[in-house]
Amino acid sequence: MSTHVPESESESETGAPEQTEEQIPAAQQRRLAKKQERSDQREQRAESESETDEQTVHLKVFRYDPEVESKSRPRFDDFHIPFKKGMTVLDALIYSRDHYDSSLTFRHSCRQAICGSDALFINGAQRLGCQTQVSDLDDPVRIEPLPHQEVVKDLVVDMEHFYEQMDAVDPYFRDEDVPSGLEEQNQTRENREKIKMSTRCIWCGACTSSCNIAAGGNYLGPAAINKAYRFAMDDRESDALQQERFETIEQENGVWRCQTQFSCTNVCPKDIPLTEHIQELKREAVKSNLKFW
Amino acid sequence: MSQSYDRGLVEDFGRWAEFSAGMWAWVFHKFTGWVLIGYLFTHIAVLSTAIEGPALYTNTLQGLEALAIVRFMEVGLLAVAVFHILNGIRLLFVDLGVGLDAQDKSFYASLVLTGAITVASVPTFLAGL
Repeated sequence: MSTHVPESESESETGAPEQTEEQIPAAQQRRLAKKQERSDQREQRAESESETDEQTVHLKVFRYDPEVESKSRPRFDDFHIPFKKGMTVLDALIYSRDHYDSSLTFRHSCRQAICGSDALFINGAQRLGCQTQVSDLDDPVRIEPLPHQEVVKDLVVDMEHFYEQMDAVDPYFRDEDVPSGLEEQNQTRENREKIKMSTRCIWCGACTSSCNIAAGGNYLGPAAINKAYRFAMDDRESDALQQERFETIEQENGVWRCQTQFSCTNVCPKDIPLTEHIQELKREAVKSNLKFW
Repeated sequence: MSQSYDRGLVEDFGRWAEFSAGMWAWVFHKFTGWVLIGYLFTHIAVLSTAIEGPALYTNTLQGLEALAIVRFMEVGLLAVAVFHILNGIRLLFVDLGVGLDAQDKSFYASLVLTGAITVASVPTFLAGL
């Protein structure tokens, strides 16, 4: 008896290929079925919890689509989504898009307030969707595209003018500033501290959108001027290039158009003291032009 | 991009409820500035009556000062001028980089001081009505 080996077992031990191939997919299917079952149970549990807690978020989202006749006139759509602890406005928008309306259009990328692509007008202020907690906002959460920029579709605005203004101040070190060979390009700690905040700009456009003076005109805007400040105040830039920068920012559409509304400073998601930088550039511009000494 | 939508200024004005201190200061400064310019024209018009002789000038002034509405408008004019001056000083400090962190507090202080001076001026302006 003990030496008796059933026919089927012996075949399996020998590793008959026709049976192994049948058994492996069957086992995988069972695992997948169990996984699906667990997933369904989780979803059901989450749904029942959200129903019992009745914690939902009411979103009022700006909608516009010139290519769809019914959406060619701007309107607000309502979304009621289950609230989860730690939910950001971007999470809420993604949930709305994935579960209710796949045509809902908005920009986003890094989800950690670095890429600057999801700047939106949320409850009357320019904010980053990924940085703004839903729990910090009054209900309903009103989400609009950035003001003062033309709306391309839903929450997406045309940023071309903003980028043109940023490019106008040459937001980079130029080749002649870089030392030759292996020589280091040193910067003092004090100078680094001075420009530290201005280097934090993520080009989200929230500040320029909040500025009434920048609306519709050619004013460089707080973001571009802050970028100019970042290089103009950098010790490593040569005097000749620094002077060129000042010529750019001293023009009619430069620093003198700032009317100190402080809107840009208030909305900056990176807490850059934009108005302070603009005012400092104004003073430097005056100093460079008035030579009493 | 075939077409885009410009929400325009009308929607801009609709956002007044969200204005912060700096924005209100800007709005009030612009408003008071325009009122003062308007007043200057009126002021010159009244002064120009002196060209026709001292009697007309005296009668014009006495006639205007006898009207209650003119007295009340003078109180308003003082309020406008005081706020514009105080906010102008505030902006001067902002330009110099002084007290940037307290720009909202200095705006509120300008408002309070304007209110106090205006109220204190009422007995003088409305005397003898």
